[in-house]
Amino acid sequence: MAKTVSLVVGEGDVVKSLQQLLKNMLDKKLVEAVMVPLELPSKEGVVQGLVTRSVALNAASPLAPVLPVNTANILSKMTRLASSEKKVAVVARSCELRALVELVKLRQANLENLVLIGIDCFGAFSVSDYKEFAKKNASATQEFLKTIKDGKSDDARLREACQCCEYPYPLKSDITIGLIGVDFSKEVLLIANNPLGEEILGGLGLPAGGSAEARDASLKKVVADKQRKRDELFELTQKECHGLENLGVIFSPCIGCHNCRDMCPICYCKECVFDSDTFSFAADKYIGWAEKKGAIRMPTDTLLFHVIRLNHMVASCVGCGLCQDACPNNVPVFRIFRFVGSKVQPTFDYVPGRDVEEQLPLTTYKEDELQKVGYE
Amino acid sequence: MSENSRFEPTIVGYFCNWCTYAGADLAGSSRLQYPHNVRGIRVMCSSSVDPMYLAKALFGGADGVILCGCEPGDCHYISGNYKARRRMVVLKTILETLGLEGDRLWMRWIGAPDGPKFAKTMNEFTELIREKGPNPLGRAWNV
Repeated sequence: MAKTVSLVVGEGDVVKSLQQLLKNMLDKKLVEAVMVPLELPSKEGVVQGLVTRSVALNAASPLAPVLPVNTANILSKMTRLASSEKKVAVVARSCELRALVELVKLRQANLENLVLIGIDCFGAFSVSDYKEFAKKNASATQEFLKTIKDGKSDDARLREACQCCEYPYPLKSDITIGLIGVDFSKEVLLIANNPLGEEILGGLGLPAGGSAEARDASLKKVVADKQRKRDELFELTQKECHGLENLGVIFSPCIGCHNCRDMCPICYCKECVFDSDTFSFAADKYIGWAEKKGAIRMPTDTLLFHVIRLNHMVASCVGCGLCQDACPNNVPVFRIFRFVGSKVQPTFDYVPGRDVEEQLPLTTYKEDELQKVGYE
Repeated sequence: MSENSRFEPTIVGYFCNWCTYAGADLAGSSRLQYPHNVRGIRVMCSSSVDPMYLAKALFGGADGVILCGCEPGDCHYISGNYKARRRMVVLKTILETLGLEGDRLWMRWIGAPDGPKFAKTMNEFTELIREKGPNPLGRAWNV
Protein backbone atom coordinates (compact mmCIF):
# COMPACT_ATOMS: atom_id res chain seq x y z
CA MET A 1 0.00 0.00 0.00
CA ALA A 2 1.19 3.48 -0.81
CA LYS A 3 2.57 5.44 2.11
CA THR A 4 0.71 8.58 3.07
CA VAL A 5 1.56 11.58 5.19
CA SER A 6 -0.76 14.27 6.38
CA LEU A 7 -0.36 17.94 5.62
CA VAL A 8 -2.29 19.86 8.25
CA VAL A 9 -3.96 22.92 6.76
CA GLY A 10 -3.68 26.00 8.91
CA GLU A 11 -6.39 28.71 9.00
CA GLY A 12 -8.38 26.77 6.43
CA ASP A 13 -6.04 28.02 3.67
CA VAL A 14 -4.98 25.04 1.60
CA VAL A 15 -3.06 27.17 -0.90
CA LYS A 16 -0.87 28.64 1.83
CA SER A 17 -0.21 25.18 3.23
CA LEU A 18 0.82 23.89 -0.17
CA GLN A 19 3.10 26.91 -0.59
CA GLN A 20 4.65 26.05 2.76
CA LEU A 21 5.07 22.43 1.70
CA LEU A 22 6.98 23.45 -1.42
CA LYS A 23 9.02 25.98 0.55
CA ASN A 24 10.04 23.24 2.96
CA MET A 25 11.15 21.06 0.06
CA LEU A 26 13.42 23.86 -1.16
CA ASP A 27 14.65 24.94 2.28
CA LYS A 28 15.44 21.40 3.35
CA LYS A 29 17.27 20.93 0.04
CA LEU A 30 15.13 17.96 -0.89
CA VAL A 31 14.85 19.62 -4.31
CA GLU A 32 16.76 22.50 -5.85
CA ALA A 33 13.98 24.01 -7.90
CA VAL A 34 10.22 23.86 -8.11
CA MET A 35 8.09 24.18 -11.22
CA VAL A 36 4.67 25.32 -10.16
CA PRO A 37 1.92 27.68 -11.35
CA LEU A 38 2.59 31.21 -10.07
CA GLU A 39 0.10 34.03 -9.76
CA LEU A 40 1.22 37.01 -11.82
CA PRO A 41 1.49 40.38 -10.04
CA SER A 42 -1.59 41.57 -11.96
CA LYS A 43 -3.54 38.86 -10.13
CA GLU A 44 -5.37 38.27 -13.40
CA GLY A 45 -3.32 35.38 -14.62
CA VAL A 46 -1.45 32.33 -13.45
CA VAL A 47 1.47 30.87 -15.40
CA GLN A 48 3.97 28.11 -14.88
CA GLY A 49 7.11 29.28 -13.11
CA LEU A 50 10.45 27.78 -12.24
CA VAL A 51 11.31 28.75 -8.68
CA THR A 52 14.65 28.49 -6.90
CA ARG A 53 14.12 30.88 -3.95
CA SER A 54 11.47 29.88 -1.49
CA VAL A 55 10.23 33.45 -1.00
CA ALA A 56 8.99 33.37 -4.60
CA LEU A 57 6.68 30.53 -3.66
CA ASN A 58 4.42 33.08 -1.96
CA ALA A 59 2.99 33.45 -5.44
CA ALA A 60 2.59 29.70 -5.95
CA SER A 61 -0.93 28.93 -7.01
CA PRO A 62 -1.13 25.23 -7.83
CA LEU A 63 -4.91 25.06 -7.41
CA ALA A 64 -5.82 28.09 -9.51
CA PRO A 65 -8.39 26.93 -12.04
CA VAL A 66 -6.46 27.78 -15.19
CA LEU A 67 -4.22 25.87 -17.58
CA PRO A 68 -2.37 28.23 -19.88
CA VAL A 69 0.21 25.83 -21.34
CA ASN A 70 0.71 22.12 -20.89
CA THR A 71 3.67 21.73 -18.52
CA ALA A 72 4.78 18.75 -20.58
CA ASN A 73 5.63 21.16 -23.42
CA ILE A 74 7.80 23.20 -21.09
CA LEU A 75 9.57 20.19 -19.63
CA SER A 76 10.19 18.79 -23.09
CA LYS A 77 11.94 21.99 -24.08
CA MET A 78 14.00 21.89 -20.87
CA THR A 79 15.03 18.23 -20.84
CA ARG A 80 14.93 17.08 -24.45
CA LEU A 81 18.62 17.59 -25.12
CA ALA A 82 19.93 16.78 -21.64
CA SER A 83 18.27 15.84 -18.40
CA SER A 84 18.32 18.21 -15.47
CA GLU A 85 21.35 17.84 -13.22
CA LYS A 86 19.49 19.41 -10.35
CA LYS A 87 16.46 17.94 -8.72
CA VAL A 88 13.30 19.73 -9.79
CA ALA A 89 9.90 19.24 -8.19
CA VAL A 90 7.17 19.56 -10.82
CA VAL A 91 3.66 20.35 -9.63
CA ALA A 92 1.24 19.52 -12.40
CA ARG A 93 -2.17 18.23 -13.30
CA SER A 94 -3.01 14.76 -14.51
CA CYS A 95 -3.26 15.71 -18.20
CA GLU A 96 0.12 17.42 -18.03
CA LEU A 97 1.80 14.43 -16.43
CA ARG A 98 0.18 12.03 -18.89
CA ALA A 99 1.42 14.15 -21.79
CA LEU A 100 4.87 14.17 -20.20
CA VAL A 101 4.90 10.36 -20.08
CA GLU A 102 4.02 10.26 -23.78
CA LEU A 103 6.81 12.73 -24.59
CA VAL A 104 9.28 10.59 -22.65
CA LYS A 105 8.29 7.63 -24.81
CA LEU A 106 8.69 9.80 -27.89
CA ARG A 107 12.20 10.66 -26.64
CA GLN A 108 11.26 14.31 -26.27
CA ALA A 109 11.61 14.60 -22.50
CA ASN A 110 13.68 13.08 -19.75
CA LEU A 111 12.37 12.28 -16.29
CA GLU A 112 15.75 12.05 -14.62
CA ASN A 113 15.96 14.28 -11.54
CA LEU A 114 12.35 15.33 -11.86
CA VAL A 115 10.10 14.77 -8.86
CA LEU A 116 6.59 14.58 -10.24
CA ILE A 117 4.01 15.95 -7.84
CA GLY A 118 0.55 15.34 -9.24
CA ILE A 119 -2.44 17.19 -7.86
CA ASP A 120 -5.99 15.96 -7.70
CA CYS A 121 -7.54 18.24 -10.28
CA PHE A 122 -10.86 20.06 -10.09
CA GLY A 123 -10.54 21.37 -13.61
CA ALA A 124 -9.65 24.71 -15.12
CA PHE A 125 -11.16 27.69 -16.94
CA SER A 126 -9.84 29.02 -20.20
CA VAL A 127 -7.24 31.76 -19.79
CA SER A 128 -9.72 34.48 -20.73
CA ASP A 129 -12.47 33.09 -18.48
CA TYR A 130 -9.97 32.92 -15.63
CA LYS A 131 -9.00 36.52 -16.21
CA GLU A 132 -12.62 37.63 -15.96
CA PHE A 133 -13.11 35.46 -12.88
CA ALA A 134 -9.99 36.84 -11.19
CA LYS A 135 -11.02 40.43 -11.95
CA LYS A 136 -14.24 39.89 -10.04
CA ASN A 137 -12.80 37.92 -7.13
CA ALA A 138 -9.91 39.09 -4.99
CA SER A 139 -8.88 35.51 -4.24
CA ALA A 140 -9.96 33.59 -7.29
CA THR A 141 -8.65 30.22 -6.19
CA GLN A 142 -10.47 30.38 -2.84
CA GLU A 143 -13.69 31.34 -4.59
CA PHE A 144 -13.28 28.44 -6.97
CA LEU A 145 -12.53 25.98 -4.17
CA LYS A 146 -15.83 26.98 -2.55
CA THR A 147 -17.65 25.50 -5.56
CA ILE A 148 -16.16 22.06 -4.90
CA LYS A 149 -18.78 19.60 -3.77
CA ASP A 150 -18.33 15.84 -3.52
CA GLY A 151 -14.82 16.11 -4.92
CA LYS A 152 -15.71 18.07 -8.04
CA SER A 153 -16.77 21.44 -9.32
CA ASP A 154 -19.80 21.72 -11.56
CA ASP A 155 -18.93 25.26 -12.55
CA ALA A 156 -20.22 25.73 -16.09
CA ARG A 157 -17.15 27.80 -16.89
CA LEU A 158 -14.88 24.76 -16.69
CA ARG A 159 -13.19 23.97 -19.99
CA GLU A 160 -14.97 21.31 -21.99
CA ALA A 161 -11.96 19.02 -21.64
CA CYS A 162 -12.13 19.32 -17.85
CA GLN A 163 -15.88 18.80 -17.62
CA CYS A 164 -15.57 15.34 -19.10
CA CYS A 165 -12.07 14.35 -17.91
CA GLU A 166 -12.11 10.86 -16.46
CA TYR A 167 -8.62 11.23 -15.00
CA PRO A 168 -8.96 13.95 -12.33
CA TYR A 169 -6.24 12.11 -10.42
CA PRO A 170 -2.60 11.63 -11.50
CA LEU A 171 -2.03 8.33 -13.31
CA LYS A 172 1.71 8.65 -12.93
CA SER A 173 3.44 10.70 -10.25
CA ASP A 174 6.01 10.26 -7.51
CA ILE A 175 3.86 12.12 -5.02
CA THR A 176 0.14 12.71 -5.23
CA ILE A 177 -1.51 15.64 -3.52
CA GLY A 178 -4.81 14.09 -2.51
CA LEU A 179 -7.66 16.60 -2.43
CA ILE A 180 -10.63 14.63 -3.72
CA GLY A 181 -12.66 13.07 -0.93
CA VAL A 182 -10.52 14.96 1.59
CA ASP A 183 -11.62 17.92 3.72
CA PHE A 184 -8.85 20.14 2.46
CA SER A 185 -9.83 23.02 4.71
CA LYS A 186 -8.30 20.90 7.48
CA GLU A 187 -5.92 18.44 5.89
CA VAL A 188 -4.35 17.32 2.63
CA LEU A 189 -3.34 13.73 2.00
CA LEU A 190 0.13 13.36 0.51
CA ILE A 191 0.65 9.98 -1.11
CA ALA A 192 4.07 8.57 -1.97
CA ASN A 193 3.74 6.33 -5.00
CA ASN A 194 7.32 5.03 -5.15
CA PRO A 195 10.64 5.11 -3.23
CA LEU A 196 11.50 8.56 -4.59
CA GLY A 197 8.21 9.93 -3.29
CA GLU A 198 8.79 8.24 0.05
CA GLU A 199 12.25 9.75 0.29
CA ILE A 200 11.00 13.28 -0.34
CA LEU A 201 7.99 12.99 1.94
CA GLY A 202 10.12 11.29 4.59
CA GLY A 203 12.52 14.23 4.54
CA LEU A 204 9.73 16.67 5.36
CA GLY A 205 9.12 15.30 8.85
CA LEU A 206 5.34 15.34 8.49
CA PRO A 207 3.02 13.10 10.55
CA ALA A 208 1.83 9.86 9.02
CA GLY A 209 -1.44 10.21 7.14
CA GLY A 210 -4.58 8.14 7.31
CA SER A 211 -5.67 5.63 4.76
CA ALA A 212 -6.50 6.69 1.25
CA GLU A 213 -9.73 4.71 1.27
CA ALA A 214 -12.05 7.69 1.57
CA ARG A 215 -10.27 9.34 -1.36
CA ASP A 216 -10.50 6.19 -3.44
CA ALA A 217 -14.23 5.89 -2.80
CA SER A 218 -14.81 9.54 -3.62
CA LEU A 219 -12.66 9.29 -6.76
CA LYS A 220 -14.76 6.40 -7.99
CA LYS A 221 -17.88 8.54 -7.85
CA VAL A 222 -16.23 11.57 -9.46
CA VAL A 223 -14.82 9.44 -12.26
CA ALA A 224 -18.18 7.79 -12.90
CA ASP A 225 -19.80 11.20 -13.14
CA LYS A 226 -17.12 12.50 -15.51
CA GLN A 227 -17.40 9.39 -17.67
CA ARG A 228 -21.12 9.96 -17.98
CA LYS A 229 -20.48 13.53 -19.15
CA ARG A 230 -17.80 12.27 -21.51
CA ASP A 231 -20.17 9.78 -23.08
CA GLU A 232 -22.79 12.50 -23.54
CA LEU A 233 -20.20 14.60 -25.33
CA PHE A 234 -19.21 11.63 -27.49
CA GLU A 235 -22.81 11.14 -28.49
CA LEU A 236 -23.10 14.77 -29.49
CA THR A 237 -19.82 14.59 -31.38
CA GLN A 238 -20.91 11.46 -33.20
CA LYS A 239 -23.99 13.32 -34.36
CA GLU A 240 -22.47 16.68 -35.20
CA CYS A 241 -19.08 15.71 -36.57
CA HIS A 242 -19.97 12.74 -38.74
CA GLY A 243 -19.87 12.75 -42.51
CA LEU A 244 -18.41 15.07 -45.07
CA GLU A 245 -21.27 17.53 -44.97
CA ASN A 246 -21.09 18.01 -41.19
CA LEU A 247 -17.31 18.17 -41.21
CA GLY A 248 -17.50 20.86 -43.87
CA VAL A 249 -19.62 22.91 -41.49
CA ILE A 250 -17.48 22.15 -38.40
CA PHE A 251 -14.24 23.09 -40.10
CA SER A 252 -15.55 26.00 -42.13
CA PRO A 253 -14.12 28.55 -39.65
CA CYS A 254 -10.70 26.85 -39.64
CA ILE A 255 -8.18 29.34 -41.02
CA GLY A 256 -5.25 26.94 -40.97
CA CYS A 257 -3.31 28.87 -38.32
CA HIS A 258 -2.18 25.54 -36.82
CA ASN A 259 -2.45 26.92 -33.27
CA CYS A 260 -4.05 23.62 -32.26
CA ARG A 261 -0.91 21.81 -33.32
CA ASP A 262 1.41 24.32 -31.69
CA MET A 263 -0.28 23.99 -28.30
CA CYS A 264 -0.61 20.21 -28.52
CA PRO A 265 1.88 18.58 -26.16
CA ILE A 266 2.10 15.49 -28.35
CA CYS A 267 2.79 17.26 -31.67
CA TYR A 268 6.52 17.65 -31.22
CA CYS A 269 7.96 17.50 -34.76
CA LYS A 270 10.58 20.17 -35.29
CA GLU A 271 9.32 20.59 -38.80
CA CYS A 272 5.70 19.65 -39.25
CA VAL A 273 4.90 18.26 -42.67
CA PHE A 274 2.44 21.15 -42.99
CA ASP A 275 5.28 23.65 -42.57
CA SER A 276 7.21 21.89 -45.29
CA ASP A 277 6.61 21.92 -49.02
CA THR A 278 5.39 18.31 -49.04
CA PHE A 279 1.92 19.42 -50.04
CA SER A 280 2.89 22.55 -51.97
CA PHE A 281 2.51 22.51 -55.72
CA ALA A 282 3.02 24.70 -58.76
CA ALA A 283 0.13 26.97 -59.79
CA ASP A 284 -0.93 24.77 -62.70
CA LYS A 285 -1.66 21.90 -60.32
CA TYR A 286 -4.06 23.98 -58.27
CA ILE A 287 -5.71 25.29 -61.41
CA GLY A 288 -6.05 21.71 -62.63
CA TRP A 289 -7.82 20.68 -59.42
CA ALA A 290 -10.02 23.75 -59.58
CA GLU A 291 -10.98 22.87 -63.15
CA LYS A 292 -11.99 19.41 -62.02
CA LYS A 293 -14.31 20.63 -59.26
CA GLY A 294 -15.16 24.09 -60.55
CA ALA A 295 -13.47 25.63 -57.50
CA ILE A 296 -11.27 24.61 -54.60
CA ARG A 297 -10.98 26.07 -51.14
CA MET A 298 -7.74 27.97 -50.66
CA PRO A 299 -5.47 27.42 -48.90
CA THR A 300 -6.07 23.74 -49.60
CA ASP A 301 -6.08 20.75 -47.25
CA THR A 302 -8.10 22.21 -44.37
CA LEU A 303 -9.72 18.95 -43.33
CA LEU A 304 -6.74 16.90 -44.45
CA PHE A 305 -4.54 18.77 -41.97
CA HIS A 306 -6.70 17.62 -39.08
CA VAL A 307 -6.96 14.06 -40.38
CA ILE A 308 -3.19 13.82 -40.76
CA ARG A 309 -2.63 15.34 -37.33
CA LEU A 310 -5.07 12.79 -35.91
CA ASN A 311 -3.22 10.08 -37.72
CA HIS A 312 0.12 11.17 -36.28
CA MET A 313 -0.82 11.81 -32.65
CA VAL A 314 -4.25 10.51 -31.70
CA ALA A 315 -2.93 7.26 -30.23
CA SER A 316 -1.13 9.42 -27.65
CA CYS A 317 -3.82 12.12 -27.24
CA VAL A 318 -4.31 12.73 -23.51
CA GLY A 319 -7.32 14.98 -24.01
CA CYS A 320 -5.88 18.07 -22.32
CA GLY A 321 -8.03 20.23 -24.60
CA LEU A 322 -5.41 22.91 -25.22
CA CYS A 323 -5.99 22.55 -28.97
CA GLN A 324 -9.53 23.79 -28.55
CA ASP A 325 -8.46 26.62 -26.24
CA ALA A 326 -5.95 27.73 -28.85
CA CYS A 327 -8.43 27.87 -31.72
CA PRO A 328 -9.24 31.50 -32.54
CA ASN A 329 -12.51 30.47 -34.19
CA ASN A 330 -13.86 27.94 -31.71
CA VAL A 331 -13.57 24.85 -33.87
CA PRO A 332 -14.35 21.96 -31.47
CA VAL A 333 -11.00 20.30 -32.11
CA PHE A 334 -10.74 18.72 -28.67
CA ARG A 335 -14.14 17.09 -29.02
CA ILE A 336 -13.21 15.47 -32.31
CA PHE A 337 -9.72 14.41 -31.28
CA ARG A 338 -10.86 13.03 -27.94
CA PHE A 339 -13.70 11.14 -29.63
CA VAL A 340 -11.47 9.64 -32.31
CA GLY A 341 -8.92 8.81 -29.61
CA SER A 342 -11.59 6.89 -27.72
CA LYS A 343 -11.97 4.68 -30.78
CA VAL A 344 -8.28 4.28 -31.66
CA GLN A 345 -6.63 3.83 -28.27
CA PRO A 346 -8.66 0.81 -27.05
CA THR A 347 -7.77 -1.05 -30.26
CA PHE A 348 -4.30 -1.36 -28.80
CA ASP A 349 -5.45 -1.53 -25.18
CA TYR A 350 -3.53 1.69 -24.74
CA VAL A 351 -4.04 4.47 -22.23
CA PRO A 352 -1.74 7.40 -23.00
CA GLY A 353 0.29 8.47 -20.00
CA ARG A 354 -0.44 5.36 -17.97
CA ASP A 355 3.07 3.99 -17.84
CA VAL A 356 6.48 5.00 -19.17
CA GLU A 357 7.31 1.34 -19.78
CA GLU A 358 4.34 0.72 -22.08
CA GLN A 359 5.34 0.98 -25.72
CA LEU A 360 3.73 3.48 -28.07
CA PRO A 361 1.17 1.61 -30.17
CA LEU A 362 2.76 2.64 -33.45
CA THR A 363 6.29 1.62 -32.55
CA THR A 364 5.43 -1.97 -31.80
CA TYR A 365 3.25 -4.82 -33.04
CA LYS A 366 2.11 -8.32 -32.26
CA GLU A 367 2.19 -10.99 -34.91
CA ASP A 368 -1.12 -12.51 -33.91
CA GLU A 369 -3.24 -9.37 -33.70
CA LEU A 370 -5.61 -7.59 -36.09
CA GLN A 371 -5.88 -10.76 -38.14
CA LYS A 372 -8.81 -9.41 -40.12
CA VAL A 373 -6.75 -6.67 -41.75
CA GLY A 374 -5.87 -7.70 -45.29
CA TYR A 375 -8.75 -10.12 -45.61
CA GLU A 376 -11.95 -8.19 -44.88
CA MET B 1 -20.57 10.81 -68.72
CA SER B 2 -23.06 9.43 -71.23
CA GLU B 3 -25.70 7.01 -70.02
CA ASN B 4 -23.97 4.02 -71.52
CA SER B 5 -20.49 4.69 -70.25
CA ARG B 6 -19.87 3.24 -66.84
CA PHE B 7 -18.05 4.95 -63.99
CA GLU B 8 -14.31 4.37 -64.21
CA PRO B 9 -12.82 4.88 -60.75
CA THR B 10 -9.35 6.23 -60.11
CA ILE B 11 -7.49 3.88 -57.82
CA VAL B 12 -4.10 4.49 -56.29
CA GLY B 13 -2.09 1.45 -55.23
CA TYR B 14 1.03 1.49 -53.08
CA PHE B 15 2.91 -1.76 -53.74
CA CYS B 16 5.79 -3.12 -51.73
CA ASN B 17 8.89 -3.58 -53.87
CA TRP B 18 9.74 -7.05 -52.62
CA CYS B 19 6.41 -8.84 -52.79
CA THR B 20 3.47 -7.09 -54.35
CA TYR B 21 5.36 -5.25 -57.06
CA ALA B 22 6.98 -8.52 -58.09
CA GLY B 23 3.51 -10.10 -57.93
CA ALA B 24 2.23 -7.37 -60.25
CA ASP B 25 5.11 -8.07 -62.62
CA LEU B 26 4.28 -11.74 -62.60
CA ALA B 27 0.62 -11.00 -63.29
CA GLY B 28 1.74 -8.97 -66.29
CA SER B 29 4.17 -11.50 -67.68
CA SER B 30 1.56 -14.23 -67.15
CA ARG B 31 -0.85 -12.17 -69.29
CA LEU B 32 -3.35 -11.90 -66.48
CA GLN B 33 -5.77 -9.02 -66.97
CA TYR B 34 -6.31 -6.42 -64.30
CA PRO B 35 -8.07 -3.06 -64.61
CA HIS B 36 -6.20 -0.03 -65.88
CA ASN B 37 -7.93 1.97 -63.17
CA VAL B 38 -5.19 1.02 -60.72
CA ARG B 39 -2.23 3.41 -60.70
CA GLY B 40 0.56 1.53 -59.00
CA ILE B 41 3.28 3.23 -57.03
CA ARG B 42 6.30 1.17 -56.07
CA VAL B 43 7.43 1.68 -52.48
CA MET B 44 10.22 -0.05 -50.61
CA CYS B 45 7.90 -1.40 -47.89
CA SER B 46 4.27 -1.06 -46.91
CA SER B 47 5.57 0.52 -43.69
CA SER B 48 7.55 3.12 -45.60
CA VAL B 49 4.29 4.79 -46.60
CA ASP B 50 3.23 7.33 -44.01
CA PRO B 51 -0.55 6.93 -43.89
CA MET B 52 -0.85 10.63 -44.63
CA TYR B 53 -0.07 9.80 -48.26
CA LEU B 54 -2.98 7.38 -48.31
CA ALA B 55 -5.19 10.11 -46.84
CA LYS B 56 -3.82 12.66 -49.29
CA ALA B 57 -4.75 10.41 -52.22
CA LEU B 58 -8.31 10.01 -50.92
CA PHE B 59 -8.70 13.70 -50.16
CA GLY B 60 -7.22 14.50 -53.55
CA GLY B 61 -10.12 12.67 -55.13
CA ALA B 62 -8.88 9.10 -55.65
CA ASP B 63 -11.93 6.84 -55.50
CA GLY B 64 -10.02 4.04 -53.81
CA VAL B 65 -6.61 3.53 -52.25
CA ILE B 66 -4.95 0.15 -51.71
CA LEU B 67 -1.78 -0.54 -49.78
CA CYS B 68 -0.17 -3.93 -50.42
CA GLY B 69 2.65 -5.63 -48.56
CA CYS B 70 4.19 -9.04 -48.07
CA GLU B 71 2.21 -11.81 -46.39
CA PRO B 72 2.46 -11.59 -42.58
CA GLY B 73 5.73 -13.23 -41.59
CA ASP B 74 7.33 -12.63 -45.01
CA CYS B 75 8.40 -8.99 -44.72
CA HIS B 76 11.77 -8.29 -46.33
CA TYR B 77 12.47 -6.01 -43.38
CA ILE B 78 11.17 -8.57 -40.85
CA SER B 79 8.31 -6.54 -39.36
CA GLY B 80 7.40 -3.69 -41.72
CA ASN B 81 4.04 -5.14 -42.71
CA TYR B 82 3.02 -5.69 -39.09
CA LYS B 83 3.73 -2.03 -38.36
CA ALA B 84 1.90 -0.94 -41.50
CA ARG B 85 -1.05 -3.02 -40.35
CA ARG B 86 -1.32 -1.05 -37.11
CA ARG B 87 -1.06 2.28 -38.93
CA MET B 88 -3.70 1.18 -41.38
CA VAL B 89 -6.07 0.35 -38.52
CA VAL B 90 -5.51 3.82 -37.07
CA LEU B 91 -6.23 5.59 -40.35
CA LYS B 92 -9.27 3.45 -41.08
CA THR B 93 -10.62 4.05 -37.58
CA ILE B 94 -10.17 7.80 -38.00
CA LEU B 95 -11.95 7.83 -41.35
CA GLU B 96 -14.77 5.62 -40.16
CA THR B 97 -15.25 7.58 -36.93
CA LEU B 98 -15.51 10.77 -38.93
CA GLY B 99 -17.85 9.13 -41.42
CA LEU B 100 -15.47 9.46 -44.35
CA GLU B 101 -15.95 6.09 -46.06
CA GLY B 102 -13.04 4.12 -44.67
CA ASP B 103 -13.99 1.24 -46.95
CA ARG B 104 -12.40 3.08 -49.85
CA LEU B 105 -9.14 2.12 -48.21
CA TRP B 106 -7.86 -1.44 -48.51
CA MET B 107 -4.85 -3.31 -47.28
CA ARG B 108 -3.88 -6.62 -48.85
CA TRP B 109 -1.01 -9.06 -48.54
CA ILE B 110 0.27 -10.19 -51.93
CA GLY B 111 3.49 -12.17 -52.28
CA ALA B 112 5.93 -12.21 -55.19
CA PRO B 113 4.62 -15.53 -56.60
CA ASP B 114 0.99 -14.37 -56.23
CA GLY B 115 0.43 -13.01 -59.72
CA PRO B 116 -3.10 -14.46 -59.91
CA LYS B 117 -3.94 -13.10 -56.46
CA PHE B 118 -2.71 -9.68 -57.54
CA ALA B 119 -4.94 -9.64 -60.60
CA LYS B 120 -7.91 -10.98 -58.65
CA THR B 121 -7.49 -8.42 -55.85
CA MET B 122 -7.27 -5.48 -58.24
CA ASN B 123 -10.36 -6.71 -60.10
CA GLU B 124 -12.30 -7.12 -56.87
CA PHE B 125 -11.30 -3.74 -55.48
CA THR B 126 -12.04 -1.91 -58.72
CA GLU B 127 -15.43 -3.60 -58.96
CA LEU B 128 -16.25 -2.68 -55.35
CA ILE B 129 -15.31 0.96 -55.88
CA ARG B 130 -17.17 1.05 -59.18
CA GLU B 131 -20.29 -0.08 -57.36
CA LYS B 132 -19.75 2.46 -54.57
CA GLY B 133 -19.45 5.27 -57.06
CA PRO B 134 -17.26 8.36 -57.07
CA ASN B 135 -15.51 9.52 -53.90
CA PRO B 136 -17.48 12.45 -52.47
CA LEU B 137 -14.18 14.01 -51.39
CA GLY B 138 -13.34 14.37 -55.08
CA ARG B 139 -16.43 16.53 -55.58
CA ALA B 140 -16.46 18.63 -52.41
CA TRP B 141 -14.65 21.89 -53.06
CA ASN B 142 -15.07 23.32 -49.57
CA VAL B 143 -12.91 21.06 -47.42
